[in-house]
Amino acid sequence: MPTSIDMATSEIALRGVHKWYGRYHALDDINLLIAPREKVVICGPSGSGKSTLIRCINRLEAHEQGDITVGGVELGEDDRKVDAVRREVGMVFQQFNLFPHLTILENCILAPMWVKKMPRKQAIEIAMHYLGRVRIPEQANKYPGQLSGGQQQRVAIARALCMNPKVMLFDEPTSALDPEMVKEVLDTMVALANDGMTMICVTHEMGFARQVADRVIFMDRGRIVEEGEPEEFFARPKTERASLFLSQLLH
Amino acid sequence: MIGRLILTYPDAARRTGVFVILALITLAIYGLGVSPAWIGRVLPTASDWLAANPALARLIGAMMIASIAAVNWKALRQLPRSFQVVGVWIELFVLLMLFFYSFDLSFAFIAKKVGFLISQGVVTTLYISVISIAVATVIALVGAIAKLSKNGVIYGLATFYTSLFRGLPLLMQIYIIYLGLPQVGYVISAVPAGILALSLCYGAYMTEIFRAGIESIPRGQTEGATALGLSPSQTMGLVILPQAMRVIIPPTGNQFIAMLKDSSLVSVVGVWELMYLARTQGQTEFRHIEMLITASMIYWILSVGLEFLQSRIEARFGRFNVR
Ligand SMILES: Nc1ncnc2c1ncn2[C@@H]1O[C@H](COP(=O)(O)OP(=O)(O)OP(=O)(O)O)[C@@H](O)[C@H]1O
Ligand SMILES: [Mg+2]
Repeated sequence: MPTSIDMATSEIALRGVHKWYGRYHALDDINLLIAPREKVVICGPSGSGKSTLIRCINRLEAHEQGDITVGGVELGEDDRKVDAVRREVGMVFQQFNLFPHLTILENCILAPMWVKKMPRKQAIEIAMHYLGRVRIPEQANKYPGQLSGGQQQRVAIARALCMNPKVMLFDEPTSALDPEMVKEVLDTMVALANDGMTMICVTHEMGFARQVADRVIFMDRGRIVEEGEPEEFFARPKTERASLFLSQLLH
Repeated sequence: MIGRLILTYPDAARRTGVFVILALITLAIYGLGVSPAWIGRVLPTASDWLAANPALARLIGAMMIASIAAVNWKALRQLPRSFQVVGVWIELFVLLMLFFYSFDLSFAFIAKKVGFLISQGVVTTLYISVISIAVATVIALVGAIAKLSKNGVIYGLATFYTSLFRGLPLLMQIYIIYLGLPQVGYVISAVPAGILALSLCYGAYMTEIFRAGIESIPRGQTEGATALGLSPSQTMGLVILPQAMRVIIPPTGNQFIAMLKDSSLVSVVGVWELMYLARTQGQTEFRHIEMLITASMIYWILSVGLEFLQSRIEARFGRFNVR
């Protein structure tokens, strides 16, 4: 699949992207094309720039050089374009980032009502649909603090889905979870992948990568060092850095 | 050694402890020179003896006060907690009233004037305070957002404002606004000048409270809202502020109560609020103390009202914290 994408057919395109935090070179010449419905898993050592990369895709971070285009819209200073992109891109964070002062249902209908100006009744209908899909409709009127970590992360996924995004970004969605809750969140993500959503997922869950990823991208020190199909990448990494990283991951 | 004794004879040690504390309190009261004259009032037959033995009488008086306090302590300990609270309030309130009563106040005079104190003074005080509180809250919100701004000009404006208005005495600000603005061609009457000074001063204090409240919300909340497509102002209004309220409300309640009383400073420019009337109404009949005590009590009652309001609002914004 990677070879067949070009600029015109890609959902997400990064060309020559650089980003600095002060003098620290966080992203170094990133070139990446992602096709519609493609599932990409990003892995790499801590501090390699994985979060920075996907946060540039919905402009939670601004890149300093190069172009990023999402769904044909180029990200830059123009706030309306940024808003247009954010409407199409959902994001799930390591720390869930649910709004603790709102109930589960209110968390889910907030953005549809205020960003899409959707009537409350319709927003609730959609929210209940997605809460059903992540299998927690009965918790709708509780507050996030009353739910387990795995449940909270599933709510966060439902909340993002309520905006009906074309692309979903996941930044280590299972790293903050107790081991027994990882599976329920991964299962939700697998179901989502099977529906044909474009997904970019920072994760070190190799089982998940094998099951759903079309492509695995390995980053180190702000660069994309290696990419390939998951079976190939995990079995025979081409670079020394990737094999070192994978051997550490297994231990 | 002493530790061993306490461990072997816990009961004896406890009694000794109580006795020592009582003795210390007695000595403290004696040392403060509290007069035993009250015994004479309660027990008139004893007054001659009291006059004859002043030092001994003082010691006995001190002992009696200490033991009354101890008995009272014991008695309150028997009650459930909520009754203890009410009991302490009632006792202290009665003592306060006795203190005022000892001034030999003319209650007829108070009764005659209290209506006017309320209809003119309280109304003006509340009017000034409520408007100032509202304006200060708006200023604080704008100021806090400005202080968190990346724009250097806006940040500079905000820091200069808070520094100046927190740094000048409020009394000075009232004079400067009332007497100074006309110098640059803007004539301002006393009430607006007072409201302006109070709003600016308290707006500056509350800016810091609001800023700290907003900063106490983790960055992930802003990021979550932004990723969902909410605009910066929607994020602030729907996500950040409602959560920051929990941190903001308690100190803000303090500020409101302080402002209610600081509104008395506006009396210096001749506004007929509660403090002004308290100072002027007693003058003609030389009944200053009556008016000052009445006004003080009114301020207290108003503050209690604000405290109540604060606790209600706190409960409202703390709702989601249930587990
Ligand atoms: N806001 C920031 N200011 C300064 N430096 C930052 C900032 N955010 C990230 N960095 C630095 O940029 C580098 C890349 O960070 P990033 O969060 O993208 O790494 P990551 O690959 O996601 O790592 P992890 O696996 O630990 O999440 C790190 O060295 C980090 O210290
Ligand atoms: Mg990261």
